[in-house]
Amino acid sequence: MVRLPYFTALTTLFSYGLLFAFGQMRDLFRKILDLPKSKKVQGYAPICLGLEDFYTRRLFLRAQDCFGRPIASAPDAWIDVVERYSNDNNKTLHRTSNITKCLNLGSYNYLGFAAADEYCTPRVIESLKQYSPGTCSVRVDGGTTKLHTELEELAARFVGKPAAILFGMGYVTNSAIIPALIAKGGLIISDSLNHNSIVNGARGSGATVRVFQHNTPSHLEEVLREQIAEGQPRTHRPWKKIIVIVEGIYSMEGELCKLPEIIAVCKKYKAYTYLDEAHSIGAIGKTGRGVCELLGVDPADVDIMMGTFTKSFGSCGGYIAASKEIIQYLKHTCPAHLYGTSMSPPAVQQVISAIKVILGEDGSNRGAQKLAQIRDNSNFFRAELHKMGFEVLGDEDSPVMPIMLYNPAKIPAFSRECLKQNVAVVTVAFPATPLLLARARICISASHSREDLMRGLEVLSKVGDLVGIKYFPVESENSHAEAKLKKLD
Amino acid sequence: MAVAVANMTTAALDWVSVKFNAPLAGMVVFGVHIHGHLIVEVLLIAVILFQLSRKSYKPPKKPLTEKEIDDLCDEWAPEPLHPPITEEMLSEPPTLESAAGPHTIIDGKEVVNFASANYLGLIGNEKINYGVGSCGPRGFYGTIDVHLDCEARISKFLGTPDSILYSYGISTIFSVIPAFCKKGDIIVADEGVHWAVQNGLYLSRSTIVYFKHNDMSSLKSTLEKVTRGNRRAEKIRRYIVVEAIYQNSGQIAPLDEIIRLKEKYRFRVVLDESHSFGVLGSSGRGLAEHYGVPVEKIDIITAGMGNALATDGGFCTGSVRVVDHQRLSSSGYVFSASLPPFLASAAIAAVDYLEENPALLSKLKRNIALLWSEISELPGLILASNPLSPIVFLKLKRSTGSTKGDMKLLDEIVDRVLKEDLVFIVTTKRSTLDKCRLPVGLRIFVSAGHTESDLLKASNSLKRVTALVLSELA
Repeated sequence: MVRLPYFTALTTLFSYGLLFAFGQMRDLFRKILDLPKSKKVQGYAPICLGLEDFYTRRLFLRAQDCFGRPIASAPDAWIDVVERYSNDNNKTLHRTSNITKCLNLGSYNYLGFAAADEYCTPRVIESLKQYSPGTCSVRVDGGTTKLHTELEELAARFVGKPAAILFGMGYVTNSAIIPALIAKGGLIISDSLNHNSIVNGARGSGATVRVFQHNTPSHLEEVLREQIAEGQPRTHRPWKKIIVIVEGIYSMEGELCKLPEIIAVCKKYKAYTYLDEAHSIGAIGKTGRGVCELLGVDPADVDIMMGTFTKSFGSCGGYIAASKEIIQYLKHTCPAHLYGTSMSPPAVQQVISAIKVILGEDGSNRGAQKLAQIRDNSNFFRAELHKMGFEVLGDEDSPVMPIMLYNPAKIPAFSRECLKQNVAVVTVAFPATPLLLARARICISASHSREDLMRGLEVLSKVGDLVGIKYFPVESENSHAEAKLKKLD
Repeated sequence: MAVAVANMTTAALDWVSVKFNAPLAGMVVFGVHIHGHLIVEVLLIAVILFQLSRKSYKPPKKPLTEKEIDDLCDEWAPEPLHPPITEEMLSEPPTLESAAGPHTIIDGKEVVNFASANYLGLIGNEKINYGVGSCGPRGFYGTIDVHLDCEARISKFLGTPDSILYSYGISTIFSVIPAFCKKGDIIVADEGVHWAVQNGLYLSRSTIVYFKHNDMSSLKSTLEKVTRGNRRAEKIRRYIVVEAIYQNSGQIAPLDEIIRLKEKYRFRVVLDESHSFGVLGSSGRGLAEHYGVPVEKIDIITAGMGNALATDGGFCTGSVRVVDHQRLSSSGYVFSASLPPFLASAAIAAVDYLEENPALLSKLKRNIALLWSEISELPGLILASNPLSPIVFLKLKRSTGSTKGDMKLLDEIVDRVLKEDLVFIVTTKRSTLDKCRLPVGLRIFVSAGHTESDLLKASNSLKRVTALVLSELA
């Protein structure tokens, strides 16, 4: 839970107000200066009206060099960041050919499969030669290869469900599956902090959408009771079906979902559950099976489990795992399966090899090592950050750690200072987070060694002092109290 | 009898009036003699006041008690998540055991592959440099220099100012449309656009008007109807959404007509070139080159790279303003991991190869023409696509009356062609969520990698099988 000190809230609001005022003044000057210039396109409404891209033009552009930094190597523990310069105050950025080697604290490379791996890479190159990078067709036409069927079985086995279906992209998985499962006359209850792909999928389905307070099973119960009793809006007919959508790890908070309680509530009220494990599959749990394993939930209790291969497996694409009948139905109807190009075969091979390493089926115990490494790394890093006095969100064992920044000016300051010291961090602001709650998000990987982490901590501490984000400076007794408070929240 | 009643009533009335007017034993209140009728009037007023003071009768709004909610929740039974599995749902597509090139291996046998949209025969050239995944969205260290190179290469090839890369073919169009079209805008779209476009249109919440598939007079009358009498047209953005080569029917959109209409009625054009990029035009630059229209006149061009370029992903090009706006407001770009770098480098290699070998395009054209000449006289099937389109679309001359019946026949043709003659073609697959109402049919994807013998084999097989299958019908 975020504990925003009052003084910080006031200063943040004041900063945004100032930026807004300046932006409006500049817009005014722009309008005045543009008056004599004749409009080239008569009769067409402008493609972006007034305030729609105000945020982009006046606020985002000032800090544009902190986002979208290109890299020239695989996203491993150390990356080569390409330097950029700008001649017109960040409006356009040009690449140079200089690169700086930086510690990578921003990519979702949880188990370290992003770089060349001794087991995976030769097999991927092999499959590239055999199957070529694309299949040029959709799954139902000519796009199903032996690799795809193998991966579907393997993914289902890994997650603990009877069957699975693959898609070429994680975002499309959510957007295209939810409309296939539920339509007008159904109800979707989703967590207030769910990812954009889920929101889009829910909107695209035509069903009614209700939101429950983030990670609060009691509020979910209230909403369920109210909705079942009332029925559909206006007609009061009973709902056709209810689906509750939650995520395993929320990527902007680093928190785990309270899965056992939510499943209990859903079972009581006969609602279906949909679990999005984009960040948690492969990264948490004793054998990497995700949030179900960590919290002791039987996968058979969750109706539909969705995940992506981008984060822990170093590939691309997504999957849905559920009962055989649901998967059969989805294969027949889901638009992403019928119209979307099938997953690229080398990417499929990468996932197959990565899962085999995690399960230990490649004959070594590198998988178990990686899992233990990421757990130790995450817990160590988080504890150290707490000790230093940063405001860090997230639960034990979660590899995602957001550090709160709040002030809009601190976002580029933090990012640039860290880059000067050769540490690459990711800062997130509006629209991915609420306006006042800007943060820097650290993602720990199994490929970070202890020295890397120490270096990262050193730099973060220095920059934190410089920028002034150590909101809760603590002495040693207080730190225990803080940690307890966080757990209770 | 009546007289007696009348007499009784008169007597009663007399008595009442006497009582009314009888002074009440000399009662005097405030100097006013109280008569009998005053008592009645006072009583009447009292009754009226009493009624007014009572609450009007509304059925009381009692919120449901906890017990009632519990009961309702117990009674409620949801539908199952999936409808009952029918037989057609159980069919599985054939599994390939090698690359989906012009020849591929299914079930251990080599077949001629007409089911992959591998128009230029580029399956088979690449190398990996960067590991497979990119592990992050474009904003957070997911931008690898190959992405920027790929964007620059595509812009250079097409002659547009800028372009932006997406990580998946169909997500391109359904992210671009909601980024530019909001509630209140007007979109005129062809009724035969594929599902991804329909989804984008739905998510954008604009007013959508469909016009008859590839019918320019219908488009003209729709544009006329939509703009007539609309005084607020200055503030509303208006778009026409068409595809260059329609996936659902193989028709080609007449771009010159569309541009003329767009300029007359002041609309912007969004063109999806997934199947025409690298295919149409003398050097493969797409529909604009094919019709000789300057590419600046098309406002937004999107394309999936999963077809002619033999990789995956998609791109969108247009003016700098158009592309920059998408970098922050297009959901499929901002909230999704970027394209795997090896696919981006494969795309660059493909574009380079295409630019150096324009002969591929003439080969493709020759192949399509050859196939057309061979299968223009099939019993029971007619060619329904444009003669220049690499998607050759065959539909039934006489439909069985239902889509299900048609699909059964077509599936049988496809199965037999595969098993008996080792030629792999496909039928149209429609999702239940798809709103397109165009007829179903057979699709043959012609590639520049096919040889003459492949095409002859396919056409002979089709002739044989359709004669068998459809003669049973006739």
